Amino acid sequence: MQAFLKKLVFATTTALLISTSLTATSLWAEDTPTKGGSLVFTLGQTPRHLNPAVQSGTATGAPGAQLFAAPLRYDEDWTPQPYLAESWEIADDGLSVTLNLVQNAVFHDGKPITSEDVAFSVKTIQENHPFKTMFAPVTEVQTPDAHTAILKLSKPHPALMLAMSSQLMPIIPKHVYGDGQDPKAHPQNSENVVGSGPFKLVEFKRDEHIILERFDDFFMEGRPYLDKLVMRIIKDPSARAIGLENGEIHMSTFEVVARDIKRLQKVDSLTATPEGYAAIGPLDWLAFNTAAGKTADINVRKAIAYAIDRNFILNAIHLGIADEASTGIHPGSPLYNADVENYEFDLDKANQLLDDAGYAKGDDGMRFKLNIDFGWPEMKPKAEYTKAALKKVGIDVTVRSSPDFPSWAKRISNYDFDMTWDTVFNWGDPVIGVHRTYQSSNIKPGVIWSNTQSYKNDRVDELMEMAGVETDTEKRAALYAEFQKIVTDELPLYTTNTLPYHTVYNNKVGNPPLGIWASSSPMDRVYLKQ
Amino acid sequence: MNLISTVAQRVLWAAILLLAVLVLNFSMMHLAPGDVADTIAQSMGGADAEVLEQIRTDYGLDQPFLSQLSNYVGKVLHFDLGYSYFYNQPVTKLIFEKLPATLILVITAQLLALIIGVLLGVYSARNQEGWVSHFVTLFALFGYSAPVFWTGILLLIAFSLKIPLFPVAGMVDVTVEGGAIAKFLDLLRHMVLPVITLASIFIALYSRLCRATMMEVLQTDYIRTAKSKGLSTREIIYKHALKNSLSPVITLAGLQFSAVVSGAVLVETVFSWPGLGTLALQSIIARDTPTILGILFFSALVVIVGNLLTDLALRFVDPRVRGH
Repeated sequence: MQAFLKKLVFATTTALLISTSLTATSLWAEDTPTKGGSLVFTLGQTPRHLNPAVQSGTATGAPGAQLFAAPLRYDEDWTPQPYLAESWEIADDGLSVTLNLVQNAVFHDGKPITSEDVAFSVKTIQENHPFKTMFAPVTEVQTPDAHTAILKLSKPHPALMLAMSSQLMPIIPKHVYGDGQDPKAHPQNSENVVGSGPFKLVEFKRDEHIILERFDDFFMEGRPYLDKLVMRIIKDPSARAIGLENGEIHMSTFEVVARDIKRLQKVDSLTATPEGYAAIGPLDWLAFNTAAGKTADINVRKAIAYAIDRNFILNAIHLGIADEASTGIHPGSPLYNADVENYEFDLDKANQLLDDAGYAKGDDGMRFKLNIDFGWPEMKPKAEYTKAALKKVGIDVTVRSSPDFPSWAKRISNYDFDMTWDTVFNWGDPVIGVHRTYQSSNIKPGVIWSNTQSYKNDRVDELMEMAGVETDTEKRAALYAEFQKIVTDELPLYTTNTLPYHTVYNNKVGNPPLGIWASSSPMDRVYLKQ
Repeated sequence: MNLISTVAQRVLWAAILLLAVLVLNFSMMHLAPGDVADTIAQSMGGADAEVLEQIRTDYGLDQPFLSQLSNYVGKVLHFDLGYSYFYNQPVTKLIFEKLPATLILVITAQLLALIIGVLLGVYSARNQEGWVSHFVTLFALFGYSAPVFWTGILLLIAFSLKIPLFPVAGMVDVTVEGGAIAKFLDLLRHMVLPVITLASIFIALYSRLCRATMMEVLQTDYIRTAKSKGLSTREIIYKHALKNSLSPVITLAGLQFSAVVSGAVLVETVFSWPGLGTLALQSIIARDTPTILGILFFSALVVIVGNLLTDLALRFVDPRVRGH
């Protein structure tokens, strides 16, 4: 570990020196952050509350990452950076992680942030957070002194590193949330929040706004740059677009309507970029029921994939703003393996596969019928396109609408479907957001975004198990590479593209949150240019 | 005495109606597949089976339907609208946070629609072939047939984007500094577009109706008598004709009150107006049964009160009603 760190420091310093000498002029030209000002940011949905320890999701993540600090933060290259932990060590056997906390950190009420709070936060998250795999191997958090927390693990758990970011591991005060009330329904999740992050809560009005103010005693000297961060809750995408365009709103994240984004890209005062969503990792895929009906036949699934023109989806449906994706891991992840079967559009191959599998065309040119579902209105064009595309190979598809999310979730999670379009998030490490889709032990009726495909493959289970505990980065990547190859070949789901989330910001905004966690990361470095 | 018993009877019927609304809606919500645990999972990007089970147990969703229903109705009879599943907050608190915003919007729009509608109606009835009259006909057709969310978005594009006079969303600009007057002006600025949008349908409706009844009234004998007595046109119109042509307009306004409330749901969504409409939409999407039922309860109440007020207003303008 020590040697590795030394190497890392050396490499970083060298790289820094080289890049400094190369880009000295551009560095000088770059603005120095201006202090002060109010930034108007917008959220597309109202968070249930503001405590990410007991509520996942990006609606809580955006204000949550400002209110609460986490042990680590991440740059664009997936490299962990010190945050509340000024340094950390992973034991050689991978069975413990020691966090050395910064000495001067205090909560918004002035009480010091200690290792006790870290231990309490881990326990609260373990008991209440919906992602059970994040901290499952953590057996205990030892607190030898006020600024050292040692997370003891039952097995090596590399996923822990990404789990220690703001979206997933906010450090919450024990003296507030440890008062015996249910942390999920704690009144201070929405009011009088006592946080540990760069901004403190002034006011949270549901469906209206969240007003955050600079926390003067924040442990990072001189941060945050902004005096005020106003998060306006505006659900209508057109209204948000108009607000960005007329300057009323400085920045918006998770924008996804292609038409609006294309328009905003042309506005001189604005920048619209897809950067910054790699850890959140949203993927669009066509999921199959592999346990029942015609889609249980692997050849049918492959034929369907060949009959769908991914380029049509990328260019006609997403108007060219989405990226191609082929596996269950987001292409922005260092673990992504692009070297898999890509199912290039090929109608002949699709027809051949279906003929060979014994599904001859009837007199009407059709082989058999299938249903297709979609979870929310934005997915409808993809479902309609699939119907049209599969008609060409003799599959008669009926598009089934669901009135709302719960109705769709009920159908899919009770296996009452042939295929469905879906968007699923990676949530950082594959252990957190990818395994759930493929593990045979995670076929759980009634649970949406479990293995609703009913997919079973012993080797795939084994690979995930091994990768979950593999601490060597390269070996781990190799395990996930094989995993991606198999699941793309057996096709319990056909991944087509990344959901094209965009961050749109006024060019007056400096350091917009374009790291891997988008707005679910601390915005202490964001500033307003004068 | 008569009035009191009438009111008492009405209140009794209203209570029964409210109860029926609750039971019916509770049952309908229950018939739909899936529940709030799914939407909570959705808002969290997925959830473990154990967590979903916990949510269902916490909210009693694992209980049989009848016991859920009787629990709920029992609570409401004790004036407790329950706890929002989605927000983990008392429903009454959520509603009272949002109610003022909706009332400001709805009442202002309704008053504006009445005043402008009546004025336009009267004017066009007097000048039947003038351009105003044709404009009223055209405007009525347009205002009534255009969907409010469409009108709203068009107004936004015109007056927030092309000519940036008004803000794009919300009710207050939190960055506005200053005293009560500055805050009030800011509120007015935010109200303009949503109020116009919501009022547009009703201006159309009222001006058409007022124009028609006014024209009818102007043909009647007593108006002719008034004219022959040498009264001024102004006096004839505003003292005699208007009062008589108003009662159908007021009746309609009362009946339309529920439509204003439902129109508010759409307008609030377009303008991110933080009222009951936004909350209603959110809770319907989230399957947040206690909140939906609470809002229905309140809007039913608002409509009933609106109708009662209409009655009283009619008594004021039409002496015949007073006699009954």
